[in-house]
Amino acid sequence: MTVKDIPTIGQEIIDEFALFSDWEERYQYLIDLGKDLPLVAPDQKTDDRLIKGCQSRVWLHAELRDGRVWFTADSDAIITKGIISLLVRTLSGQSPQAIIDAELTFIDRIGLKEHLSPTRSNGLVSMIKQMKFYAIAFRSIEQTKSHE
Amino acid sequence: MSVRSEFPILQRTVNGKPLVYLDNGATVQKPQRVIDAIGKYYAHGNSNIHRGVHALSQEATMAYEAARETVRSFINAALPSEVIFTSGTTDGINLVAQCLGDMLQPGDEILLSGMEHHSNIVPWHMLRDRKGVVLKFIPVTDAGELDMVAFRELLTERTKLFSITYVSNTLGTVNPVRDLIREAKKHGTKVLVDSAQAVHHIPIDVQDLDCDFMAFSGHKMYGPTGIGVLYGKQALLEVMPPYRGGGDMIKTVTLERTEYNEPPLKFEAGTPHISGAICLAEAIRFIQQTGWEAIQKHEAALLTKAVDVLSSIDGVRLVGTPKHRSGVVSFMIDGVHPYDAGVILDKLGIAVRTGHHCTQPLMDRFGIPGTIRASFAVYNTLDEIDRLAEGVRKVKQMMA
Repeated sequence: MTVKDIPTIGQEIIDEFALFSDWEERYQYLIDLGKDLPLVAPDQKTDDRLIKGCQSRVWLHAELRDGRVWFTADSDAIITKGIISLLVRTLSGQSPQAIIDAELTFIDRIGLKEHLSPTRSNGLVSMIKQMKFYAIAFRSIEQTKSHE
Repeated sequence: MSVRSEFPILQRTVNGKPLVYLDNGATVQKPQRVIDAIGKYYAHGNSNIHRGVHALSQEATMAYEAARETVRSFINAALPSEVIFTSGTTDGINLVAQCLGDMLQPGDEILLSGMEHHSNIVPWHMLRDRKGVVLKFIPVTDAGELDMVAFRELLTERTKLFSITYVSNTLGTVNPVRDLIREAKKHGTKVLVDSAQAVHHIPIDVQDLDCDFMAFSGHKMYGPTGIGVLYGKQALLEVMPPYRGGGDMIKTVTLERTEYNEPPLKFEAGTPHISGAICLAEAIRFIQQTGWEAIQKHEAALLTKAVDVLSSIDGVRLVGTPKHRSGVVSFMIDGVHPYDAGVILDKLGIAVRTGHHCTQPLMDRFGIPGTIRASFAVYNTLDEIDRLAEGVRKVKQMMA
């Protein structure tokens, strides 16, 4: 399966959001994205996958398959979940190095930067950090393997 | 109310809409006279206090001590020395936990309630871990009131301190503190009242209440952040050890030992928040000149309308239905996470608070992740409650 690179997916998301004329359409789209995707099965919402935000809770799971990192994530708040689905769409299936290097500027470009502010305490900032930590951990596993 | 025009920030727009500020439980906006007082102090009056012989220092000292007298009169304390300037409610509670806490023995009991803000729980957890005191909690009823039967059972001769919020920051419940204090006194229990959410809504007379301590914050009563008050009875303040060591809190220091100053200076180590105290006094004058009768009448009308309008919206459930309510209405929208509601309301220019409001045990009690909280001040209007209701309907429509 071929996966597009992060900047390409980011640009696709920017283009999609360019179709919306106001905040209401943007947020309605996010809400719909959030509703459509039951990203993590309820029995997998365990504490070891939980990232506690002050406002909303986020669950994140990652696996390494064929040199690529596959993320599943979820939240109890729908708007948070909508943004999560964009992040998963962008980063899941990428190589560890690409995830570590990812800048995710598209979030800013589509007018959702405020959701990634640390003061929002919605768990998203911690989630991106955790996604990068997974990528760093998986990269070191890969490097260890290649030296064996 | 006509005072609205005195608050410049209320002229702002947010996300292109006129600001509807309903987060007064977190902090209250400042009238121009308080904002001006801050500038005036630094432009004309700035000096360190208490030891300077020069004119500026004497003026600043007089203004600072005049502010103490303004607070004394505002809460009807017997003496100005019973008014300690702190950094806020949290600081005041920590002061009592530290200083009175030092005088407690392992096994002594401290009574709290299930509706306390984290700032009236965590300092006691820390004291329990330090001193081996035992914490007890009055349960909260479904209506969001204290379980009075349990209160009387939990209160015993072992209860050395009872620390209770006057008004719940999450539910708006006004606790019957006068009656609670009277009960506590029968057991010789000392009482600390957390008045952070009360002091700008309800006139306070510490002598009439007969509490031993009361803590509140300047920024929730139209004053600056970083300044607060701990009221304490003189006799207790005299026997309590000091909180922090430093300048101003001493009489004499040799290399071997320190002789402490008298209260309140014993508890005000270092350079205090001089401008904060002076501007807090200005905020008190704002409240006094607006008048309690006008404030209470207007705020009661806001609350009545908020409760009526919100509870008439299909799918909206009030969290806490206390008989006596002040300042706050908390609610949930069926099937909607409070965070999502908060985000959409913000887009509409409406500032509410969502989440657990630093009362996680209370949220656990009601089995909810958080609430949407609208909290009011004297400058809010009845029209703003209509804007909130429209916003809630918009949230429901978008989330449907």
